[in-house]
Amino acid sequence: MSGLVRRLGFGGAAGLALILIFALLAMLAPWLAPYPGQGLGDPNVIAKLKPPSTEFWLGTDHLGRDVLSRVIFGTRVSMSAGLLIVASSLLVGLPVGVLAGYFGGWVDEVLMRVTDIFLAFPALLLAVLLAAALGPGLLNSIVAVSVTWWPWYARMARSEVLVLRGQPYVEAALLMGVSHPRILIRHILPGAARPLLVQAALDFGPALLTASALSFLGLGVLPPTADWGKLVDEGRKFFPDRWWVSTAPGLAIFLLALAFSVLGDALRDAEGGKRDDPA
Amino acid sequence: MDLARYILRRAILSAFVVVGVTFLVFVVAQVVPSDPAALYAGPRPTAEQIEKARVTLNLDAPMPERFVRFAVSMASGDFGVSYKSRRLISQDLGVYLPATLELAIFSTLLALLIGIPAGVAAAARRGSWTDRLGSLGSILAVAMPTFFFAMLLQMVFASWLGLLPLSGRLSREISVSDPLTFVTGFNLIDALIAGRPQVFLDALWHLILPALTLAAYPAGIAMRLTRSAMIEILSRRHITAARAMGLSERRILYGHALRNAVGPALTMIGLSFAFALTGSVLVEIIFAWPGLGRYVSESILSKDFPVIAACTLVVTVCYVLMNLVIDLTQAMVDPRVALT
Repeated sequence: MSGLVRRLGFGGAAGLALILIFALLAMLAPWLAPYPGQGLGDPNVIAKLKPPSTEFWLGTDHLGRDVLSRVIFGTRVSMSAGLLIVASSLLVGLPVGVLAGYFGGWVDEVLMRVTDIFLAFPALLLAVLLAAALGPGLLNSIVAVSVTWWPWYARMARSEVLVLRGQPYVEAALLMGVSHPRILIRHILPGAARPLLVQAALDFGPALLTASALSFLGLGVLPPTADWGKLVDEGRKFFPDRWWVSTAPGLAIFLLALAFSVLGDALRDAEGGKRDDPA
Repeated sequence: MDLARYILRRAILSAFVVVGVTFLVFVVAQVVPSDPAALYAGPRPTAEQIEKARVTLNLDAPMPERFVRFAVSMASGDFGVSYKSRRLISQDLGVYLPATLELAIFSTLLALLIGIPAGVAAAARRGSWTDRLGSLGSILAVAMPTFFFAMLLQMVFASWLGLLPLSGRLSREISVSDPLTFVTGFNLIDALIAGRPQVFLDALWHLILPALTLAAYPAGIAMRLTRSAMIEILSRRHITAARAMGLSERRILYGHALRNAVGPALTMIGLSFAFALTGSVLVEIIFAWPGLGRYVSESILSKDFPVIAACTLVVTVCYVLMNLVIDLTQAMVDPRVALT
């Protein structure tokens, strides 16, 4: 444990700890939430918009549901949305970038020009348009954000591969007559994937923020499912007089995004990559 | 000669990107939704009404023809009619676009005015409390969800302290009883044209909170970029030479070092402006700011695709052009750029 702290630094370790706490909350939601039924959406109209008390630690919302339970259940949706966005974007971006960088020529030209078109959009706007066209729903919003996300990985993978392709061991493999697919999978992909995974950790925060933003705009989960962005939106009508409905989920988004960005920075430093501070 | 070739290449690429973007918006707005004609025909349409709408919207034409028509009408500034209000979208844009641009420009200025000096100060005294506080601030700013930050600012500065207005572009006394004549659509400028300093101040007062919300993220990024650029530059020899000559620290920082960090600053203008334009979708509904962002977010619920498509396209094309201008300026300021 102390070795981990030394490698990641205090900030990185604290970030990791916070992420683990949120992950536990997500996994054990039915047991940890004080009112699991309300966390899943059961209304409780006799206790509408109650301020925080010993009975409801973080107060209740407009349908009388315990805000703490809603936030705990929302952790599941929000965290998996962030993870799925980054994972599916990697799944598309990595192969596109690797192929473009490895084969070069017209393959590179075509793939990169398509990438340019996607990169030209302000990401949130394209995601809003797509999510609106696909209709609300968690999966649709994840698809919508991923469509705006993968080009960054494609670009990054391409530039990594351009470096790797010139390495002597790749040239040696080519001369030995190793097939292209085998070189790609055995020699290129592992080298290109590593820096991308670090980037993915750094991107989890922004992905979470974008997914929450869509959810806030009504393009994410459908009621009664709880999601942090949606919970902030639900509380907006009563804000700021009844501040507790929006504040807890808003802080949850902020804390998790913060934890991932701090951890990502620490990972990047541990990888010996380029730091903000060239000291 | 190289510069001319670079400009030509960038211009051609941008034109290609604009066509691609138009195609993508066309596909998403007109092909993906299940039935645009049913949406156009209004609530609970008859089969006849839907058929009529299909003809009006030209949906039965072959796909390539539909795309060409779409592109031509977009290029000529005809964005179609809103499904919901039946108003011309181009007319609405004329009113909403200036409101958003005013907000975006103001918040970009704010982001640079906060981020760059903070970065310079942090770089000048590395490891000091100023540096640590600045770095902490930038980390917090980057992790804060825009829409939640907007609500927090509202709560603290409008509800609790009562220092700044809760929402809107102008106080009700002005916007209802004695409205500003529409000249440019920028309230700050229109107030000056009308010679009403009171209104100017009122408009400025209303701008602060939404602009601050949109400035937080880019200011955090600008601070980081400026800091690392300055640290790198401050270790160069000409700075050591300037120190040896006995120049004041202030002159070294702002006169010699910061000038070399102009390149990243240009990039930051682009980043901040783009963030402000997209963030407006989230911030404008919270601050009841009658701009493009609120127009988009209100169209989401009514599935008003022509509105969302037109706004996405207009903003994206602005964005592409702005990036082109920034790249070309950079190539002219720094000849090394054109070589790549």
